[in-house]
Amino acid sequence: MDKKKLNWIYKKLFTIRFFEERIKKIAKEKTVPGYLHTCIGSEAICVGVMAALNNDDWISSTYRNHGHAIAKDCDLKKITSEIYGRKTGICKGRGGSMHISDFDRGMLGSFGIVAAGPPVVLGAALQEKINNGKKMSVSFFGDGAIHNGAFHEAAGLAQLWNIPMLFVCENNGYAEATATDWHLNTKELSDISKAYDMKSYQGNGNDVFEVYKITNEAIIESKNNEIPIFLEFKNYRFSGQYEGDTQLYQPKEEIEEAKNNDPIKLAIENSINHGLNADKLEEIKNIALNEVNEAFKYAETQPWPDPEDALKEVYVSYPKENI
Amino acid sequence: MPIKTVKEAINDALVQSFENDKNVILMGEDIAGGKGREQYQGTQDAWGGPFGVTQGLFTKFGAERVRDTTIAEAGFFGAAVGAAMTGLRPIVELMYVDFAGVCFDQMMNQAAKVRYMFGGKQKVPMVVRTVVGAGFRAGSEHSQTLYSLYTHIPGLKVVAPYDAYDAKGLLLASIQDDDPVIFMEHKRLYMTKCEVPDDLKPIPLGKGKIRKSGNDITIIAIQRMNLFAEEAAKKLAEDSINCEIIDPRTYSPLDEELIFESVKKTGKVIVVDESNPKCSLASEITSLISEKCFSDLKSPVAKITAPHTPVPFSPPMEDYYIPSAEKIINVAKNF
Repeated sequence: MDKKKLNWIYKKLFTIRFFEERIKKIAKEKTVPGYLHTCIGSEAICVGVMAALNNDDWISSTYRNHGHAIAKDCDLKKITSEIYGRKTGICKGRGGSMHISDFDRGMLGSFGIVAAGPPVVLGAALQEKINNGKKMSVSFFGDGAIHNGAFHEAAGLAQLWNIPMLFVCENNGYAEATATDWHLNTKELSDISKAYDMKSYQGNGNDVFEVYKITNEAIIESKNNEIPIFLEFKNYRFSGQYEGDTQLYQPKEEIEEAKNNDPIKLAIENSINHGLNADKLEEIKNIALNEVNEAFKYAETQPWPDPEDALKEVYVSYPKENI
Repeated sequence: MPIKTVKEAINDALVQSFENDKNVILMGEDIAGGKGREQYQGTQDAWGGPFGVTQGLFTKFGAERVRDTTIAEAGFFGAAVGAAMTGLRPIVELMYVDFAGVCFDQMMNQAAKVRYMFGGKQKVPMVVRTVVGAGFRAGSEHSQTLYSLYTHIPGLKVVAPYDAYDAKGLLLASIQDDDPVIFMEHKRLYMTKCEVPDDLKPIPLGKGKIRKSGNDITIIAIQRMNLFAEEAAKKLAEDSINCEIIDPRTYSPLDEELIFESVKKTGKVIVVDESNPKCSLASEITSLISEKCFSDLKSPVAKITAPHTPVPFSPPMEDYYIPSAEKIINVAKNF
């Protein structure tokens, strides 16, 4: 792996972790409006998949989207400003934490509805196919989404129409407050793809390099063979469903055990093997922390939107008196 | 000038749009239909949808742009949203509007909101063509109109043509529009005919039409109700009651000015809508009139709608359910 990519991977991992820890802090202080869902434990999946994508490839995300947006190189200050509900937010303050999205970075959307993303990404991938486009299309969703009809309908059509795209399932052990073994009775989650005769691969979602490798290979296979591929990455959701969740359903022993496989811890342990020395690691860490601090400093001082901004951009064109 | 049915006019608008813009695609269940197995090939393009509206498109434009889908509306409606955002102009067919429930999330939460919610960078130029309407003996789950369900949602536009002329002009405009449009086709109007010029230009969304001018009573008629309004107006003319018939044609945006101007002139209003009455287009239009034209009214606004029941199956019950010219005449005579 080239040095530039390696540094990028580490910087993104640290940025997401620092960012989400800061979000947890401000959630406790109740200094931001609205619901907050953090992704501590998902960093390797966000960064590993995005490392295999080009900047303008299509993705969909969910309400747990901070990591995806950061890994997709969205502007960190604007992400933060959006979470604060400010005018300069990445969605002009109209989206909030659950809907962080930048179309210019290939983000089709971060949807608050579970399993809303897969059909939308199918559409983007269909468009690429019809127009002989080169962009890859990737839908991120959690293990909870695999029971939803919208996922299955998209999977069926993608397979039927030979659509190159990736269904990326982050199996983090919990669908909201329900553990995966309470909501799933197949041996493996990715077995669900067998019903469509869809190729699938599993990987350790805590190992950013494994995620990157599997995704990279899947993209090549998907494009070359014009097929959709289902990827399941297993990890652990250290965060609650939302900030403020008591997480009583997550046993303490389970959390302690999961800490042994913390994606950031694994990445740090692996850094020597990839030729990254302790000094360089520390330097990257500091840059990431500094950027996060700057982003929050920026957001805190940004102006609120004008109330009437609420009336803008509902439509491309519509008579003014009718809104 | 060529005489066309609504069905033919819609097919013409589709063909014209396909020819003019290579980004236009069509997805739906059985929109071609009849593609057989390898061993025994059935007749290709056998259906063209259950009402035959899209027949010929598959043969003319091919399987890449005319896509028979699985019976999976959430899947292909969501796909239309993604395809529209990334550069296509998809038209999706919801076989009956009654099936709205299985893909409402894609319209209400995705098509309608991505532009607004994600900061105004996206646009979703998609059209949902769907079949509405009672009077076909099709029962409770294949006969609703549900205009207000979509009109309620900010971000969606709603269009419902009455005749072939408007069907063609409004569909051309809907396909060219950069916002998601719900285009409602009434199954009892498909075979009605009128003159439609071959070179008809798109009719802008948000412009209503005065179908008949008059000074005594304003009848605001929703889609097929124009038929009964015209019948009633003819009868009422015999008693020297001169009705003005307003067809709003599009419900979001709604041509409020056209309605208000007419109300100011007549002071008496009947709103006719074959949908259920609660939170309906009829109640919306009535409320707008009371807000904006209260002092012009000579009498309370009259609403003629279906009752607050599902659409019944049996002919005597269904005929009772649907508003009629007779009901309009009775109300008009009692003003």
